[in-house]
Amino acid sequence: MTEKWNITLRVSRQKDTENQHFDDFKMEVNPDEYVLDAVERVWAFMDRTLCYRHACHHSTCGACGMRVNGVEKLTCITPIRAVTSNGATLKVEPLRNFPVVSDLAVDMGAFYRKMEVVSARAVLPITEAEIENPATNWPQNDAQFLRLSDCLECGLCISACPVAATSPEYLGPAPLAAAQDVGIHRNPELLGIVDCEDGVWRCHSAFECTAVCPSFVDPARRIMALRTQVIGAKLGKLFGKA
Amino acid sequence: MNNQPSANKFWAWFNPMGRQVGGWAFILNRITALGLTFYLFLHLIVLNQLAQGPAAYGGFIALTENPIVKLGELLVVAAAIMHGLNGIRIIFTSFGIGVTRQKELFYGFMVVALVAILFFAARMYMG
Ligand code: HEM
Ligand code: SF4
Ligand code: FES
Repeated sequence: MTEKWNITLRVSRQKDTENQHFDDFKMEVNPDEYVLDAVERVWAFMDRTLCYRHACHHSTCGACGMRVNGVEKLTCITPIRAVTSNGATLKVEPLRNFPVVSDLAVDMGAFYRKMEVVSARAVLPITEAEIENPATNWPQNDAQFLRLSDCLECGLCISACPVAATSPEYLGPAPLAAAQDVGIHRNPELLGIVDCEDGVWRCHSAFECTAVCPSFVDPARRIMALRTQVIGAKLGKLFGKA
Repeated sequence: MNNQPSANKFWAWFNPMGRQVGGWAFILNRITALGLTFYLFLHLIVLNQLAQGPAAYGGFIALTENPIVKLGELLVVAAAIMHGLNGIRIIFTSFGIGVTRQKELFYGFMVVALVAILFFAARMYMG
C-alpha cells in the first residue's frame, strides 16, 4: 500500500500589481511524489488561476525552479519526503532575483540574454565535457559525438546568489560557468566580457550557486577556474604571446 | 535594472533565510568587516584624543577596566580572528584551492577561531 501524508501547501501568490501573499491548500500526497506534483494538484483540482512553469518533469528543461521552504529546488525532482514531514506545511515561492510574472512564474529573459552574451554552448563535443570520468579518457576521434551541456539554465544559482540580489548587472554564476566552459582560448572575445566589474571579479565567494545547482555544473568552481583563465590570458598578452 | 544601491538591498545581504553554509560565511565576513572598519575609525578618534596629554591618557586607561569596554574589545578580537581566517579561506578558494571543500574549510577555520577566541578571552579576564 502506498504511504499517504497530509500536508498544507503554502503557495506564494502575486498577480499584476498585488503584493505577495500566501494561499494554503490542504492535500493528501504520497511522500514519494515530487513537489511539482503537489503544485500541479492545486492547479488541477483546487485553483485554476495558479500560475507556474514546467515542461519536461524530468530535470531537463529547467523550467520548474522554485524556492521550497526558502531554498532553491528543481521541483520536478525534489521528493516531498525530502523537504517536509507528515502533517507539516510546505512553502513554495517563486525564484528570487527575477521579476515575478504571476504567482510562481518568473521572467528569466535577462538571464537568458546573459547566457547569449557569453555564447553559452547548448551542446559540446563529448571529449570536452567534464563528466565523472575525466574528459581525457575519451578517445579523441569521439569528438564527433555531441552531448548536451550540463547547465539546464534553470536559474536556481542566480536566485540563490546574494551578489545577484543586489547587482542585477552582474553576469552571475551560470553565465560565468558557461564562459569557463567555452574557454577564453576558444573565444578570445570572452576576455573583455568577463574581465570587468560585473564579470568574474564581482563574485564574493558565497558558494550558494553550487549549493543549489541541481546539475553537474558547480558554478563556484568554474568561476574560480575562469579567474585563472583570465589571469593566464592577461599574462599571455603582457608577454606578447596571445 | 541597474546596480544602484538601496536600503532594501543593504539589508538583503544580511538575511540568513534560505541560505546555506557558504552564504552564512559571506554574511559573517561582511558583518565582521563592517565591525572592524567601524572600530578602526573609533580607534583613530581615541588615539587622537590620547595625544592631548597625560590626563587624557590616564582617563582612557581607566576606561579599559570598564566591563562593557572590555567585552567590546573581546568582540573586536573575535571579529578580527573570524574575518581574518575566513579571508584566508576566500583567498585559497579564489586561487582554485579547496573550492569543492569550502564548507569543510569554513568549519575547520571556525574551530580554530573558537579556540583562539577562548584563548584571548582567558587572557583578558583571568590573566
Ligand atoms: C587578517 C587579515 C585580513 C584578511 C586575511 C582579510 C581578508 C579579506 C577578504 C579576502 C575579503 C574579501 C571578501 C569578499 O570577497 O567578500 C575581505 C573583505 C573586507 N575586509 Fe578584510 N581581511 C583582513 C582584515 C581586515 C580588517 C582589519 C578590516 C577592517 C579594519 C577589514 C575590512 C574588510 C572589509 C570592509 C571588507 C569588505 C567586506 C565585504 O565586501 O563583504 N579586513 N577581507
Ligand atoms: S549552473 Fe546549475 S543552477 Fe545555474 S542555471 Fe545552470 S543548472 Fe541551473
Ligand atoms: S519540469 Fe523540466 S526541469 Fe523540472
